[in-house]
Amino acid sequence: MGTQRAAVLGVGQTKYDTTYPGSMAGMLREAATNALEMSGKSWADIDAVIMGKAPDFFEGVMMPEVYLAEALGCVGKPIMRVHTAGSVGGSTACVATSMIQSGVHETVLTIGWEKQSESNAMWALSLPQPFATSVNAGAGGYFSPIIRRYMMMTQAPELIGCMVALKDRKHALNNPYAHLHQPDLTFEQVVESPMLWDPIRYSETCPSSDGACAIVLGSEKVADAHDGPVAWIKGVAMRSESGSFGGRNMVSPAASEACANDVFAQAGIHDRRKEIDAVEMYVPFSWYEPMWLESLGFAEKGEGWRMVEEGATSIDGGDLPVNCSGGVLSSNPIGASGMIRFGEAAMQVMGLAGAHQVDGARTALGHAYGGAAQYYAMWIVGAGKD
Amino acid sequence: MADEVLTAPLVLEYPFTRTTGPVIGAFLTGLREGVVQGVKRSDGSVMCPPLEYDPITSESLSELVPVSTLGSVQTWTWNGDPRPQQPFSQPFAWAMITLDGADTPMLHAVMVDGPHEMETGMRVEVVWRKEREGHITDIAGFVPAVASALGEPGVVPAGVEEVRSVRTPIRMEYTYSPGRALSQYLRAMKDKRILGDQCPETGQVFVPPRGVSSIAGRSTLPDLVELPDTGYIESFNITRVPIKMRPDLTPPYVSAWIVLDGASVGFMGLSMNIEPEDVRVGMRVRAVWRPDDELEMSAQNILGWEPTGEPDEVIEDYARVGRPDEEASGS
Repeated sequence: MGTQRAAVLGVGQTKYDTTYPGSMAGMLREAATNALEMSGKSWADIDAVIMGKAPDFFEGVMMPEVYLAEALGCVGKPIMRVHTAGSVGGSTACVATSMIQSGVHETVLTIGWEKQSESNAMWALSLPQPFATSVNAGAGGYFSPIIRRYMMMTQAPELIGCMVALKDRKHALNNPYAHLHQPDLTFEQVVESPMLWDPIRYSETCPSSDGACAIVLGSEKVADAHDGPVAWIKGVAMRSESGSFGGRNMVSPAASEACANDVFAQAGIHDRRKEIDAVEMYVPFSWYEPMWLESLGFAEKGEGWRMVEEGATSIDGGDLPVNCSGGVLSSNPIGASGMIRFGEAAMQVMGLAGAHQVDGARTALGHAYGGAAQYYAMWIVGAGKD
Repeated sequence: MADEVLTAPLVLEYPFTRTTGPVIGAFLTGLREGVVQGVKRSDGSVMCPPLEYDPITSESLSELVPVSTLGSVQTWTWNGDPRPQQPFSQPFAWAMITLDGADTPMLHAVMVDGPHEMETGMRVEVVWRKEREGHITDIAGFVPAVASALGEPGVVPAGVEEVRSVRTPIRMEYTYSPGRALSQYLRAMKDKRILGDQCPETGQVFVPPRGVSSIAGRSTLPDLVELPDTGYIESFNITRVPIKMRPDLTPPYVSAWIVLDGASVGFMGLSMNIEPEDVRVGMRVRAVWRPDDELEMSAQNILGWEPTGEPDEVIEDYARVGRPDEEASGS
């Protein structure tokens, strides 16, 4: 498409937790400073800041981009906010990438965040409406019927979701930034956890987290001059679709499949399962791992759960490790969650993922979805330029 | 008028909290102790109220310095009709006030008898609230300074408890309007009739009506179609734990997607008169209406959905929900 190459130079995160002890500005500053440090860049090197967060109602801060400008060193520089519900962290990284691919900027800082401790996302997702009947409560109430359909469609064993939950929580033990660290968690405990939104157990849902994730992106020129590993961006794609129409495929929405086809084509990947070394996938409810494995083309339709059952998605011996960071199931600062997936995918191919590094990872996928499974954002990053 | 659009008041409010961080926290701690402080920038100038990061250089700031409780009005405007939650209930001036010892102004309220008593450059002083809690409203407002006022900067006593977070309740009042299509739907509800609309291209029927087809991107108005109050459950959720926000719903309860006969998409409804364990995907249901003398222009006229006892709907493709075009137009 005649675009310029772009690469990740640095990824910065805060420790995800129930409460970040400082201000919202301080939290973003910490993530951005960590990303700058890894990238070897200073505030003066940044040409523009692209930020993203979940709906304003989630935190009650209108136009946070105005309030946060000085904390992010963007006085006198362009600042832009991206908004696509839960996928926003991924979409924001995609938009930031396009700023470099288009040749407009050389070095861009992108950041996503959420401070759930100051608000209540469940309230924001269950707002009353005059004249209407509302029986929905939170995101789980919306997604549980879709998961039920997947379970009926595939006849998957009923504890597949529990296997995913345990796997991601075990992965999280190797990620110092993860919110949930439950070293003694057993499969029995996951299974015996109360049903919240039946068929979703409490143990199969994501926590409420505070946190921010920032990424420094550079052009080919900037990346070539960088002293240290970089992650070359091989493809970026976004798609969306209406949340409700007759015959909509809710288990594997058309927008998800189209987005995946686009990003894999851009990266020149044919055998998805074989050529991808690590996946950071947006899994806020455990069953979405097998569902997305199918939708993203890593498994045949109806077979995604088999990969979970066989341990294929575990860093411990699996051929397609998924969410080595612990994923959304272990940390969910909503507006940051997509960017964490993108950032963690980059860290894998940079060889900087520490204790949750997949040995020899060369190519990785970052994935995010949001809304009523309406918005999709994905990128593929690689260790080599070509 | 039959096509008049309905409206209703809608209030959204939530008591958000803000973690202050070290600089704003120290500023608010000072206010609670009756001391106004600014933050020193690297060029020696003082910002009051303080910011955590320098607005020009983006440097991290930390050095708080006390400033005077006396200052000068830089500019102002008259607020002749104060709203609830504003500093004073009677008319007052909003002013930008630079306190002595600070280089930047603070927005606050000045209590005077009328705009004729306001002037740029006038000297004003802080009026403290009696009960202070570590909030910007600890300064009740400003009044014209008396000539003898000293306004000496105070000192925050050592060892006092620091303010770490503040409550910032937010309240928004809307006039909610469901729009033309939904207004018709709600009117029909009062007669126990269910209306939907139809995509002019695909024939898909949406309930509740939207006024537009998201498939074709075209208006579906003005003609709505009537549907029966029977259909099937295409999938469901069982909420088993109380949801704090919904004390009116007692778990376990089933929220189900109901697809009416003739509709292409489902909507959420409550299942009734059946144990949650017995609810099935494909189960045939009919509406349970409120008693006739309680009917309103509201979707709440349908209390829930109960089994009809008919054989279950056969579902061939569990991935897809609702009826695709060819089925919808035929049924």
